[in-house]
Amino acid sequence: MKFSIIVTLKKDVLDPQGKVVQNTLIDIGLNLKNIRQGKYFEIEVDEKNQSKAEKNIDEMCKKLLVNLIIEDYKINKL
Amino acid sequence: MKSSVIVFPGSNCDRDIAVALEKMQFRNQMVWHKETRLPKTDLIVLPGGFSYGDYLRSGAIAGKSLIINEVIKAANDGCLIIGICNGFQILTETGLLNGTLLRNKNLKFINKDIHVKIMNNETRFSNKYKKDQILKINIAHNEGNFFTDKKHLRDLKENNLIAFKYCDEIGNINEQSNPNGSLENIAGIYNSKKNILGMMPHPERMVDQLISNTDGENLFSSIFN
Repeated sequence: MKFSIIVTLKKDVLDPQGKVVQNTLIDIGLNLKNIRQGKYFEIEVDEKNQSKAEKNIDEMCKKLLVNLIIEDYKINKL
Repeated sequence: MKSSVIVFPGSNCDRDIAVALEKMQFRNQMVWHKETRLPKTDLIVLPGGFSYGDYLRSGAIAGKSLIINEVIKAANDGCLIIGICNGFQILTETGLLNGTLLRNKNLKFINKDIHVKIMNNETRFSNKYKKDQILKINIAHNEGNFFTDKKHLRDLKENNLIAFKYCDEIGNINEQSNPNGSLENIAGIYNSKKNILGMMPHPERMVDQLISNTDGENLFSSIFN
């Protein structure tokens, strides 16, 4: 079973990289309101039961992949 | 006094700190991150560098290494621990210190001598400094922008757990003297028991008049006091 995880900075955490990307896009004449930069993981697990697999992925996020002080995450089944 | 410097793949200030510790009369040993036992020690240092190439987040992978379980046990037993630069990042990733270090506000790697003010001179690491003493000290980091939640910030202030704040050479703490965007100019913090110190500046680079100054010496000699 395969899952995707999207990790983004929390709303009130400054995202300087996103800001620079945003400014550059505006500089080259593209129109936008706001950008937040994040990370993307694809994880495959050897588990048939979806809720068990999701629990496993959630544990990976909490223990290593995500810094819960500054980041939010979203798990999706692929 | 015995000290242990933990070495990770990508640590690059491990030898500097070892030289500084020996100069300050510690009997030092280097401990590879794959060890599962810590030798008997009074002080553990997590050195600066780029452990695991800063993969995932600075300090994230080192924060889950084998030896870290022993460091956490020692910390809970009251052993003194200093995390310098990448070591500070590792301490926050292990949860031994709260808060985190974000990318510098100006997105640049900053390597320069700056000034910090001693905010608390009554700890095992700072008792030989004067309160409000200003140190000239080197910083060299890309992720040194300290950030934490409101509750922890209140806790840091109420319990006098802020170790150093960035300031200018006459001690003004303001936006101009904040090199990396750290919350309230915070450059280093203690845990609630004050046996763990995390700091972005490099005291081990300030123990020799010939190459810099000796403003870092008292941090190490305080431990003997």
